[in-house]
Amino acid sequence: MSYEVIGITVLWTFLYGYLIVASIDFGAGFFNYYASVTGKGHVVQKVINRYLSPVWEVTNVFLIFFYVGLVGFFPSLAYYYGTALLVPGSIAIILIALRGSYYAFHHYGNKGRLGYQLLYGATGLLIPASLSIVLTISEGGYIKLNGTNVSLDYGALFTSFYSWAVVLLAVVSVLYISACFLTFYAHKAGDEGAFRILRKYALFWSTPTILASFLVFWAMSDHNSEHFAKMLDVSWLFVLSFLFFVGAVYFIWKKKRLGLSFIFVMLQFATAFYGYGAAHLPYLLYPHVTIYDSFTNDTMAITLIISFLAGLCLLVPSLYLLMRLFLFDNEYVQGKK
Amino acid sequence: MINEKAVFFSRVLMETTLTFHIIYATLGVGVPIFIMIAQWVGIRKNDEHYILMARRWTRGYVVSVAVGVVTGTALGLQLTLLWPNFMGLAGNIIALPLFLETFAFFFEAIFLGIYLYTWDRFEDQRKHLLLLVPVAIGGSLSATFITIVNSIMNSPQGFDIANGEIINVNPILAMFNPAMPTKVAHVVITAYMTAAFVLAAIAAFRLLKGSWHIYHKKALFLTLKLGLIFSIATAIIGDFSGKYLANYQPEKLAAAEWHFDTRAQASLVMWGLLNKETEEVSYALKIPYGLSILAHWDPNSIVIGLDQFKENLRPPLYIHYLFDSMVTIGMLLVGLSFIYWIGKKLKWKWVNSKIYLWLIILSGPLSVIAVETGWWLTEVGRQPWVLRGIMRTSEAATTNENVNLMLILFSLLYLILGVGTIVVMTRMFKKYPVEKEIEDRMLEKGGVNS
Repeated sequence: MSYEVIGITVLWTFLYGYLIVASIDFGAGFFNYYASVTGKGHVVQKVINRYLSPVWEVTNVFLIFFYVGLVGFFPSLAYYYGTALLVPGSIAIILIALRGSYYAFHHYGNKGRLGYQLLYGATGLLIPASLSIVLTISEGGYIKLNGTNVSLDYGALFTSFYSWAVVLLAVVSVLYISACFLTFYAHKAGDEGAFRILRKYALFWSTPTILASFLVFWAMSDHNSEHFAKMLDVSWLFVLSFLFFVGAVYFIWKKKRLGLSFIFVMLQFATAFYGYGAAHLPYLLYPHVTIYDSFTNDTMAITLIISFLAGLCLLVPSLYLLMRLFLFDNEYVQGKK
Repeated sequence: MINEKAVFFSRVLMETTLTFHIIYATLGVGVPIFIMIAQWVGIRKNDEHYILMARRWTRGYVVSVAVGVVTGTALGLQLTLLWPNFMGLAGNIIALPLFLETFAFFFEAIFLGIYLYTWDRFEDQRKHLLLLVPVAIGGSLSATFITIVNSIMNSPQGFDIANGEIINVNPILAMFNPAMPTKVAHVVITAYMTAAFVLAAIAAFRLLKGSWHIYHKKALFLTLKLGLIFSIATAIIGDFSGKYLANYQPEKLAAAEWHFDTRAQASLVMWGLLNKETEEVSYALKIPYGLSILAHWDPNSIVIGLDQFKENLRPPLYIHYLFDSMVTIGMLLVGLSFIYWIGKKLKWKWVNSKIYLWLIILSGPLSVIAVETGWWLTEVGRQPWVLRGIMRTSEAATTNENVNLMLILFSLLYLILGVGTIVVMTRMFKKYPVEKEIEDRMLEKGGVNS
C-alpha cells in the first residue's frame, strides 16, 4: 500500500470513529429533549447522562484527530477546503462550542431548563447537517475555481437535490445510531422503562435511515456518475451493509442480543462508509484534488504513521480502560457506583 | 492576490480567539498540577482538607476545561479556515507536533473522564492520585507540543524551499528549533504560576469574605509557596528567552526595547514614551548595561538595533508596553509571594491583613494579564511574518469576503461562553461553600478527621 492510501485509510477510520461516537452524542441530545417534551424525560435522562458524562470530551477529540490528520497528510487540501468552507465551517464550530460547553455548564453546574434542552437537542441535529456539507462538496460541482481563487457556490449547494439527500441521511442516521446504542445501554442498565421508550425510537428511525440511504444512492447517480459507477464496483459492501441493517433491527425487534445488534449497526455503517470512501478515491475533492497531488512529503508521512502507531499503543489501553469502567461495568451502568 | 480586508479581519479574529482561549488553556495546564499536589499532600499528611481541596479545584477545573476544549477546537479549525495558504505550505512542517498535541490531549481527556466519575469508587486515595498523573502530564505535554508548533513559526528550520515548494523535510529537526526550549519552558512554567496565583486569589477572597476556615489558610499557603517557586523559575526562563531573541530574532527584542541603534553597553528601557519622529524616549526608567546583560550576559556586548532592518520588516513599536507589563507583573508576583512566605515563617501579622489579602486577590487577574501581554508580545513581535523569513502574514490569509461576519459571530460566542463560565462557577462555589461540604463529608465518613 502506498503512503497516500495508508494516510487516507487512517483518516477515514477516525472519521468513522467520530461518526459513531458523535452520532450517539448528537442523537442523545435530541432524545433528551423529545422525552422531556413528551413527559418521559426523567426516565430517559438518567441512562443518557450515565453514558455521556465521562466520554463527551473524548468524542470531541475524534473530530480534532481527523482534522489534524487531514492537514498533516494532505496539507494542500487545506487550501481548497479552508477557503471554501469559511462560513459553513465557522457555523459548525460555533454550534459545537455552544453544545460542548453548555453540556458541561449544565452538567457540572446547575440543572438546566427546557429551553436549554431545546438548544442542546437542536444543535445535535444542526451539527451533523453542517458537517455533512464537507462530504457533499467533496463530490464536486459546488466549488468555483477562478484562477487560484476558490469559492463556494451557495446557489448550487442549496438548490442541489444531492446535498439535501446527504443532509437528510446524516440527520436520520444520527438518530438511528444513537437510539440503537441507548437501547442497548438501557437494557444493560436493567432500566425497563427507558429501554421500552428507546427501543421504540430505534425501530422508528430505522425506516427513514434505510430510505435516505437509497435516496443518496439515487441522487449520486445523477450528480456524480463517475463516483456512482465506482460504487457499483464495490456493491457487495453495500449489500452486506443492508444485511447488517436487517440483522440489527431484527434483534432489537425481538428484544434479544442487543450488544450484537449494536455491533451490527456499527458494521452496517462501516461497510457503507468504507465502500463510499473507497469508491471516492483517488479524489479528495472531485475533480480538483486527489490523494496524490495534495500529499505531504514522504518523510513527514512516515513520521506521522510511526507517531500514529506509537500513539495507538497509548490510546487503545486507555480507551479500553474507559470502556471497562463505564460501558462494560454492570454496576456502574446500573447506577450502583 | 491579497485581500487586505480579509487579512485584517483574519488577524483580529485569530487574536480574539487566542486571547479568549489562552485564559482557559493556561488554567487547564496549570490547575491539574495543583490538584495532583493537593491530593498527594493529603495522602502524605493524612489530611482530609487537602483531598477536599483537590476535589473542589477539580470541579472548577472541569468547567474551564470544557470551554478550553471547545475554543481549542475552534482555534485548530480556524488555522485552516482563516490561513489556508499558511496551512497549505506549513502543514508540511508543523504536522508532526500538531498531531502529537492531539494525542496528548486525547490521553488527558480519557483520564479526566475516569478521574471525575470514579471519585467514590476506590477506597484507596492513592488510586485517585494515580489517575491524576496522566491528566497532569497530558495537559503539560499538549502545551509543549502546541508551543512547538508556534516556535516553528518563529524559527523555521528543518527543510529547504525550491520554487515555492517545501522539500527535504526533517520533522524532528523542525521541532527542535532554537526557539523551542525557552518557549516551551516559559509557557509551561507560566501556566503553573498563573494557576498558583489564581487559586491563591480564590483562597484569599474567601478569607477576606470572613470565612476563617483553616481549609482556606492551608490552600493559601500551599498555592503561594508554589507560586513563589514558579514565579522565580518564570523570571529565570524569561531571561533565557531574552538571550534567544537577541541571537535569533533580534528585531523582536529591539522593537520591544525601543533599541534603535546597534551598539554595545545598551541600556534596558522600562516604560516611558516614544517620539516616533526623533526615535527619542522620554520619562523612561533606564537601567544602564541592562539590555546587553539581558541579551548576552555581558555588559559590553553589542545588541542589534532596529537600524539593521528595513522599515517594512520591523514589528510594531507598541509591543514595548506589552513587554513592560509582562515583566513588571512578573516581578510584582515574585515579591508578593516571597513576602508572604517570609512573613508566615517569621509570623508577621500584617501578611494576614485585609490589605495584603486584597493584593493577593489582585495577583490572580494580574497573572492572567501577564500571560495575555506575553502572548501578544510574542505574536505581534513576529510581524510582518507568519513564518519568519519565509511567508508574510498578508500572504497567508484567506481571500474569503466573509471574515468580518465570522468575527462578529465568534465574538458573540466568546461573550456567551465567558458569561456562562462566570455564572456557573459562582453558583457552584457560592451555593456550596467548603464549610458545608466538610460537614457533609464528615457525616458520610462518620466524623473521622478534623
